[in-house]
Amino acid sequence: MTNLTELTIREAAKQLRLHSFSAAELVTAHIDQIEKLDRRVKAFLRFTPELWEKQAEEADARINNGDMGPLVGIPMAVKDVLCVRGVETTAGSQILRGFKPPYTGTAVSRLFDAGAVMLGVTNCDEFAMGSSTENSGYHPTHNPWDLDRVPGGSSGGSAAAVASGEAMIALGTDTGGSIRQPAALCGVVGMKPTYGRVSRYGLIAFASSLDQIGPFTRSVEDAAIVLEAMAGHDPLDATSSNRPNDVLRDLETGVKGMRLGVPREYYHVEGIEPAVKAAVDKAITSFRNAGAEIVDVTLPHTDYGLAAYYIIAPAECSSNLARFDGVRYGMSVDDAQNITEAYMRTRRKGFGTEVRRRVMLGTYALSSGYYDAYYLKAQKVRTLIKRDFDLAFEKCDAIISATSPTVAFPIGSKTQDPLSMYLCDVLTLGGNLAGLPGISVPCGMSEDLLPIGLQIMAPQWREDVALRVARAYEVASGVKAEVAPVV
Amino acid sequence: MEVHVQPRTRSKMFCGCAVGQLGDPPNSNVCEVCLGMPGTLPVINKAAVEACLKTALALNCEIPRHTKFDRKNYMYPDLPKGYQISQYDLPMSISGYLELDGRRVRVRRVHLEEDTGKLIHAGDKLHQARESFVDLNRAGVPLMEIVTEPDLRSADEARDYAVALRTLLRTIGASEAEMEKGQLRAEPNISLRRAGTEELGVKTELKNINSFRALHRAISFEVARQTEVLESGGKVLQETRGWSDAEQRTFSQRSKEFAEDYRYFPEPDLPPLEIDAAWIEDLRRALPELPGARRGRLVSQYALPAADAVLIAADRDLADLFEAAVAAGAEAKPVANWIIGEVAPTGKIPTPEHLAELVKLVTSGNVTRDQAREVLLESVETGLSPTKIVAEHGYAQVSDESTLQDEVEAVMAANPRAVEDYRAGKKQALGALMAELRKRTPQANPKVASELLLRLLG
Repeated sequence: MTNLTELTIREAAKQLRLHSFSAAELVTAHIDQIEKLDRRVKAFLRFTPELWEKQAEEADARINNGDMGPLVGIPMAVKDVLCVRGVETTAGSQILRGFKPPYTGTAVSRLFDAGAVMLGVTNCDEFAMGSSTENSGYHPTHNPWDLDRVPGGSSGGSAAAVASGEAMIALGTDTGGSIRQPAALCGVVGMKPTYGRVSRYGLIAFASSLDQIGPFTRSVEDAAIVLEAMAGHDPLDATSSNRPNDVLRDLETGVKGMRLGVPREYYHVEGIEPAVKAAVDKAITSFRNAGAEIVDVTLPHTDYGLAAYYIIAPAECSSNLARFDGVRYGMSVDDAQNITEAYMRTRRKGFGTEVRRRVMLGTYALSSGYYDAYYLKAQKVRTLIKRDFDLAFEKCDAIISATSPTVAFPIGSKTQDPLSMYLCDVLTLGGNLAGLPGISVPCGMSEDLLPIGLQIMAPQWREDVALRVARAYEVASGVKAEVAPVV
Repeated sequence: MEVHVQPRTRSKMFCGCAVGQLGDPPNSNVCEVCLGMPGTLPVINKAAVEACLKTALALNCEIPRHTKFDRKNYMYPDLPKGYQISQYDLPMSISGYLELDGRRVRVRRVHLEEDTGKLIHAGDKLHQARESFVDLNRAGVPLMEIVTEPDLRSADEARDYAVALRTLLRTIGASEAEMEKGQLRAEPNISLRRAGTEELGVKTELKNINSFRALHRAISFEVARQTEVLESGGKVLQETRGWSDAEQRTFSQRSKEFAEDYRYFPEPDLPPLEIDAAWIEDLRRALPELPGARRGRLVSQYALPAADAVLIAADRDLADLFEAAVAAGAEAKPVANWIIGEVAPTGKIPTPEHLAELVKLVTSGNVTRDQAREVLLESVETGLSPTKIVAEHGYAQVSDESTLQDEVEAVMAANPRAVEDYRAGKKQALGALMAELRKRTPQANPKVASELLLRLLG
């Protein structure tokens, strides 16, 4: 008997059509897995039984009517920053406790239309600010491969849910690496599409010019399937685009004759662990064996990326989070004497330390007298970083590197040192600043059996290239995402 | 002068909600976007951009190829997102002017933004209110902000500018610009300058002005107040002052000495706009003749006195009526008189053909002015032609002396006292007799009748 919680979309879709099991049974298997493991993993914040019952029933009806859509009946987890009508959505924050959006965001709604079944809402760092999910306003999530370690973040709940077999697919958001880094640390596939590929409507904004929604899956093909279902222009998001997105057509074409760039600044990044470096070397070898040409490229402004990111993202967040004032929704202190006091006390009580830190940083960076030195300068650096990538892509078709310099770290080991936490994103945030698509695929394990991720970045709008290279790696290396044996 | 104008659009600036009307139930024209719900995004209203571009063209502005929206950050309960989407350093248009009595009032910029909601305080004043209510119907309603250079030098000029601007906006169809409905809000900034110097003094900004009359009065008051402050050796404080219509004075609302830091930055949810040059050309070609140009043409083409031309050109409907009535065969000056004297004050607008017919009936002496006034109203109400109305009512004017003689004699017989008075030298008694005659015989030709009366009185 197949283990229903270890399937990929492709396998599950096939079995559903063969009536080996029903969508309802598939969902039940995942609920059982959640009941078995999630007390320890804590990937989920909330569950949505009304939705999964109704959607599983609809899925079975569609399958019986001959609907061949690959996502019909596929159990899905959704990060707590994506609004779903009537489902408590809090961005991992106490300030939104009890908030039930009156609408469903575009990406989720498209997946619902495609037949996906929502299991629940996954944990994340508050307002997606963090790299370990320890900044959640509710509780930390544990890495299914080692419960004493973090799953990465900010989409740690989604990564852990897919890694533990609690969900077949999950949605995350990536502002500086928040999909790719937890995917790497949990040993699953995670993709950040090109900025504008997936509508942000319904995504509770952290940094509007950097945020993008993307999938967690256990295979590259699955990531392509989910992306295809979500992507495309949305009249409700002026930054979304309708550029061609034919990600499945050339997925199996391989890398023969392709040029893969290894940026020296990423390869030699400070603090990279030997096991990670060794895994990247091994990946380079398997690409070479598969017929790719490996080229040395340079991204000279990498060193300034982190600084620029930590100006731009907080600046945008300071403005995006201004609406959480206790007036219309969410938490509100009810004994304030005047409106200013109500604002201050609501926000002090509702926001966690990291969120307050970034709101203050961003407010400062945008203040008159400091704007030019910080925000404007950071935007100029951003332009230079984009140009770095443009020049690099003149020499190569895709860029490969580690996703994270380290494997999953112990819970609590970085919480006292925000800067060391910020460094987790050093290899991923360039992709956000430049708006590029990037994917993290499992690329082996460290000696103590912690997953390592390989990042593949492609030029803007070339998700097809990133996915094709990732798929080629999956084939050439034989490394596949596995469901973690939670112990 | 800063003027906020609500462009004519069906929906709000960044969402699909109806712009609604004054008096709609609170929070009835709202959605998740204009409520500032988490996860929502703005989308630019093309009709608002078009209205703004038309306004910019009509104000002779430059329209840069690139424009963008910015966030103006401040927290207030009527501002759902904690920021207002406005335009900062790359507005939709810059450097224009409005011609006012042959002088150019320079327009610094015309940009687009969104309106805020409204707070209703239970109690008179904010700090005494026990409860406050938020109505977000206005939140997200499009606004054009039109800012002049300091080129207006008196309350008269400021009012004339605002009136001319309203005319212009209506003419080009960019806005209804009704002040009472809050579609046009003028915020004059007032500062004094010592005669013979260039430097402007500290300015105050006036708000809550809801009519042209209030605009004039508020500015006059403020000029007098600042003059008094300065002459008594005091200092004008930089502040926002409200205008109280009830008390006919301005009062301090908010100090601006410590400028608030709005932390403007480019709105990341809206890509910069590149305005298509061909679109601008299409809009420019489609602009109707502007009031200034039309005024000049009414003088040169129809030989109207300038005063008449100004009044008629100020309203596109009246100007259209004038030209069409003349085209229908009536003489220009009498048509102008009828429009200014009768049509404009009553707001009852006849068809051009009917107006032309009416004017011809009067000038040919077929009906009296008094009768024609009645005919005009009836024609607007019933849609019947003046000729037909005159025929039905037997309004045709009587000029025949032998017919009128009986009437005149009857009036004299009925008013012996007035006749005696006149003959005793009280010439004003003639007026009373003529009034009696008009009452008795409205269709009497007044000229023939008065000559007859004089003769009979001896």
